[in-house]
Amino acid sequence: MSQVTITINGKPETREVEDRTLLVQFIREHVGLTGTHVGCDTTQCGACTVHLDGVAVKSCTVLAVAADGAAVTTIEGLAGGGTLHPVQQAFHEHHGLQCGYCTPGMIMASVDMIRRHDGVLDEATVRHELEGNICRCTGYHNIVKAVLDAAEKHRAAQAVAAE
Amino acid sequence: MYATTYHRPKTIVEAVALYEGFDDASYLSGGHTLIPALKNRLAAPQHLIDVRAIPELSGITVTADKVVIGAATRHAAVAACEEVKAAIPALCGLAGSIGDVQVRHMGTIGGSTANNDPAADYPSAVLSLDAVVHTDRRAIAADDFFQGLYTTALEPGEILVRIEFRIPEIAGYAKFRNPASRYSMAAAFVSRHRDGKVRVAITGAGNGGVFRWSEAEERLAADLTPAALDGLAVDPSLMMGDIHAPADYRAHLVAVMSRRAVENLGRTYIL
Repeated sequence: MSQVTITINGKPETREVEDRTLLVQFIREHVGLTGTHVGCDTTQCGACTVHLDGVAVKSCTVLAVAADGAAVTTIEGLAGGGTLHPVQQAFHEHHGLQCGYCTPGMIMASVDMIRRHDGVLDEATVRHELEGNICRCTGYHNIVKAVLDAAEKHRAAQAVAAE
Repeated sequence: MYATTYHRPKTIVEAVALYEGFDDASYLSGGHTLIPALKNRLAAPQHLIDVRAIPELSGITVTADKVVIGAATRHAAVAACEEVKAAIPALCGLAGSIGDVQVRHMGTIGGSTANNDPAADYPSAVLSLDAVVHTDRRAIAADDFFQGLYTTALEPGEILVRIEFRIPEIAGYAKFRNPASRYSMAAAFVSRHRDGKVRVAITGAGNGGVFRWSEAEERLAADLTPAALDGLAVDPSLMMGDIHAPADYRAHLVAVMSRRAVENLGRTYIL
């Protein structure tokens, strides 16, 4: 057992956990934030994607104890009060989901992608960079549209901020 | 996953002492091979020694003739490094083709090299770029490092610290991936070094893991063109055969990917 403190969505969470506890178990079972999903549990589907110290990772393949002292953002940490994050809003507008199971991971991966590319994305790049996230419903079409729209809006917001 | 105890040493000395103090310990880096293996109970070390907090294992240095990468450097950091891109663009392309974005944010060059998975990408670069693998106790030439499937020259408890790549005159990497798993079914890393020697390393295909294709090297040293490889084939009895690709198909892919690597010198070609 180890005492682990992880700052999740800005709030430090300290728990006594077994060393074999995965980050996704820490988030879901110990802290009770169930927006992060476990899809395949084999590092393939990306449903468990969260941001660990600012980059997208698969939380089913990180030990919670190894993330001691780190900052994690989950899907619950994106929206500000009642306002959806721009990527969430774009998924909503473009119907980028059907069953919704993969959506938290898709959105966390997309936020990371838009940030890394500063919103400069094309369809081929979006499809390539969503390689680590599997959706069995949508055929990805509307997901890609949503990411491109959110990226466009990110660029526009950057341009406004620069003026 | 069976119960285990996690350790996070800050120095190499401390890490080795921990390893030697336990009967059943394993080093942990990015964990993107080891943690899935633990979850499947294919491995169950009682102690995990995380090497990522050891400063010597971090960082990238580029000199006039070497690219030196710390073992705990993540694939994404290698893929995005402008200095490496200028020196050996194929190495950045290779790093950027491993797994997916999230995997590249965690997986490390040292972990991939030390694990020596027959479908891993990095072993081909280490072998083709005539790298030297530095550990906590010695320097090992790439030709001596890889010793068969999941087997390397590393002794129990030995820590891979950094890898020193020779900057070639030019190099290219071509990979044919399994469409579902995205692991390579055959990939070729071709380098022409400044002394004129050509090294061709093949991963994903050989039944003994990564290997040098010496016949291809001889031909390409004389003539660095795809046509120089015309009619040359590897022996299918030395290739892996499985549900994804039988051995004769992999042998064919080895020749095709080697030609593609030569056609794409200075970059990567990922199918």
